[in-house]
Amino acid sequence: MGMSRVAELAPRLLRRGRGLTAALARVVITAALALVAFGLVLLIIGRNPARAYVDIFRYALGSYYGFSEVLVRMIPLLFTAVAAALPFKLGLINIGGEGQLYLGAWLTSWAALTFPGLPQAVLLPLMMLMGFLGGGLWAAVAGALRAKGWVNETISTLLLNYVAPLIVNYYIFGPWRSAEAASYPQSAAFVPAARLPTFGNTRVHLGLVLALVVLALFWLFMARTRWGLEMRAIGGNPEAARRVGINLFRYILIVFFIAGGVAGLAGMAEVSAIYGRLPQNLSPAYGFIGFLVSWLAGGNALGIVIMSFLFAIITSGGLILQLTQRVPYAAVNILLALVLFIVLAQPVRTQKRGGG
Amino acid sequence: MNNPPIPRPSPEGCLAAAGPLIALRGITKAFPNVLANDKVDLDIYPGEVHALLGENGAGKSTLVKVLYGFYRADSGEVHFLGQRVQLRSPLDARGLGIGMVFQDFTLIPAMSVVENIALFLPRLSAVLDKRQIVKRIEEVSERYNLQVHPWAPVWQLSIGEKQKVEILKLLLADARLLILDEPTRVLAPHEVEALFQVFAKLRGDGYAIIFITHKLPEVLACADRITVMRRGRVAGALLRSEATESSLVALMFGATPPAEVSRRGGPPPLAAPPLLELRGVYTRGQGMATSLAGIDLLIRAGEIVGVAGVSGNGQRELGDVILGLERCARGRRFLMGEDATGWSVARVRARGVAFIPEEPLLMATVPLMKVQENMALGETKRYELGHGFAVDWGSVRRDMEQAFQMLGLEAPPFHVPVRALSGGNLQRLVLARELARNPKLIVALYPTRGLDVPSVMAVRRLLLEARNAGRGVLLISEDLEELFSLSDRLVVLYRGRLVGQFKPEETTINEVGHLMVGAGGPHGHEQGR
Repeated sequence: MGMSRVAELAPRLLRRGRGLTAALARVVITAALALVAFGLVLLIIGRNPARAYVDIFRYALGSYYGFSEVLVRMIPLLFTAVAAALPFKLGLINIGGEGQLYLGAWLTSWAALTFPGLPQAVLLPLMMLMGFLGGGLWAAVAGALRAKGWVNETISTLLLNYVAPLIVNYYIFGPWRSAEAASYPQSAAFVPAARLPTFGNTRVHLGLVLALVVLALFWLFMARTRWGLEMRAIGGNPEAARRVGINLFRYILIVFFIAGGVAGLAGMAEVSAIYGRLPQNLSPAYGFIGFLVSWLAGGNALGIVIMSFLFAIITSGGLILQLTQRVPYAAVNILLALVLFIVLAQPVRTQKRGGG
Repeated sequence: MNNPPIPRPSPEGCLAAAGPLIALRGITKAFPNVLANDKVDLDIYPGEVHALLGENGAGKSTLVKVLYGFYRADSGEVHFLGQRVQLRSPLDARGLGIGMVFQDFTLIPAMSVVENIALFLPRLSAVLDKRQIVKRIEEVSERYNLQVHPWAPVWQLSIGEKQKVEILKLLLADARLLILDEPTRVLAPHEVEALFQVFAKLRGDGYAIIFITHKLPEVLACADRITVMRRGRVAGALLRSEATESSLVALMFGATPPAEVSRRGGPPPLAAPPLLELRGVYTRGQGMATSLAGIDLLIRAGEIVGVAGVSGNGQRELGDVILGLERCARGRRFLMGEDATGWSVARVRARGVAFIPEEPLLMATVPLMKVQENMALGETKRYELGHGFAVDWGSVRRDMEQAFQMLGLEAPPFHVPVRALSGGNLQRLVLARELARNPKLIVALYPTRGLDVPSVMAVRRLLLEARNAGRGVLLISEDLEELFSLSDRLVVLYRGRLVGQFKPEETTINEVGHLMVGAGGPHGHEQGR
């Protein structure tokens, strides 16, 4: 590498470094503010915030089991964060991860319940495909409406979230209701071939690898490919993109399909690996938390990993708070809402437009 | 505020014939990488029109922004009527009676003229007495020929009228020094003349006016004194009586002024099918947009067709119809002999149409993306590797260097985000990108607007070279001299129609100018909506 090459690279690295420091500072400050605010809430209901936080982190990071549970919760967050980050590159908002996850789980379950006789090597890929299709087609509805310029995608994805669980409910209360435990609305158990393999004696499953692969592909795609370049152009200035001949309609539709598909994979992983059947309430708002993760990470792939991990600690910490501090699990929602509030109170870097 | 009280300008003229109203001393202002102002001195007297002349990036805008309190100088002093003052913000400057009209106006489109003006007034009462404000507007506009309808919403006004509102705003807020940053850039010739008459009236009443430009005839037409800036310094300050076109050019550019380009001497138009043909094209404009009405236009290889007209008369729509962004509601579009009426933008561009829109930052580039990425956007398919899974940045950079070499310019750094470039550099980047594609037809909207003289010459030479190489050019411009010196044929666009077609040597600027504003008909005085 010649000197000139180094001279050319150095300022770039510096710039990137500064960007990273700024992003890190943002995340740390946000997290600190949220923790302090939640501490106040705990104080008000008469609990010791310091003890609570120590409990959470000791459980999540200090025990083998706790740590494995954090990883388990991280998996759907990685998927749903990518589902939000991808349209965000086009300047579009997808808060429909939750609904897309549900419909992914639904089609996955259909495959698992309809073809129980298939060998695992065929059945699992089929389930993944169906999970992807379920979430993807659901999101494509919002994508098509947006691409046509008819309905704002923020509204449509949000509202579709409320429809998706109802579809799942219809099936688990109706045609798919399991006979073995009639008091529970849930489908019959999947055959072992329909279960994603897990690692060791934990619940951490193959979905983790899949999620990381998807995330890496997302990053490579955006940074390296021609399509990534064109997508960033759409996000940066749709007017200019249109004028250089980029087909916005096609991109919006396809991106929403893929984003929804990725969220659908989260649903696939949950029903296949965690539940082994289609249950009611299969997601504790993974879709929404994933959106939050992506927003905090600014769509950055490494940031998504870090933020997913943090949020996985918080949500699994909710369980331990319930045990040690006798705080209801829903209290974690207060913490998440506080984070959202603080995040939204900050100006977003990408919204700034270049001037003169 | 503890500023000295401000005497109102009196009709008799100068307050203090002796001293300057404003004196800037040793103003220095540095930005990262650029010394925008380097020890600049400037005196502004009451009752004078002071032209600030210089190339793009000479430091004119920075200097007046320091004077308006928009930037803080790194060092140097501002004296107001002999007293040193601190200008920490535009509010301080306005308190001293300094007002500024920015290049991009600062009006709120949805609000009426009165409301826009009221917003700007100091000491506005809690309950607006709009009638009283209207009365004042009418008085002032009567006196200075700044007639606008006070109750009209601003979005309905033409650019010239918006500028009047901006000036009225300052006058009603008791400004005594009016700074206008390139006020003529967006005006049609007759509007420029009207503006200079306003200047003359204001000067007579003792107002001081600073106006920024890089057009010499304007300076010579209306200024009392001229300060020429070059590379952040004052290159010279002259009285109008001392100045000639050549002395100003010498000050602006140093030793050698750039050469004018000559037109004649290309190959004659060929008998091949025309590059572009519009047959009876109508568009359906939405909202405020102009609709094209029955456009017939032909562009052959090896000719430049100029489109004259006041902007807002369908120029953007004409460009967009050719590009394929705007649908033909009626009529047909042919490219190189093929019916291209339904073609997409991508297909039109792939067939060799280059497009230079009027606002390069807003319409042609992605501000947060790097220079080389914006370059690649011109034709992403050409730079893909492995069916699109990677981009060949090496060849992007090579093409970019080559294109800039052709322009006779240095390429900007590849990794800088585009929004960090100056207006001129941005325009050059778009030009370089579009010409790098080796197009058959070039559609250029105001390609020299806002550029300094050497860049203007470079762009014009380039268009001529393209024509001589057998390409077709559609040149949409407001600069009549440019149109006359470059075009092989000239058409006039007025309210979405082509109202005249000439050979430049068979008509006069005057005749074209009249057609541009719809003069000659019964409603000759009307302006474009």
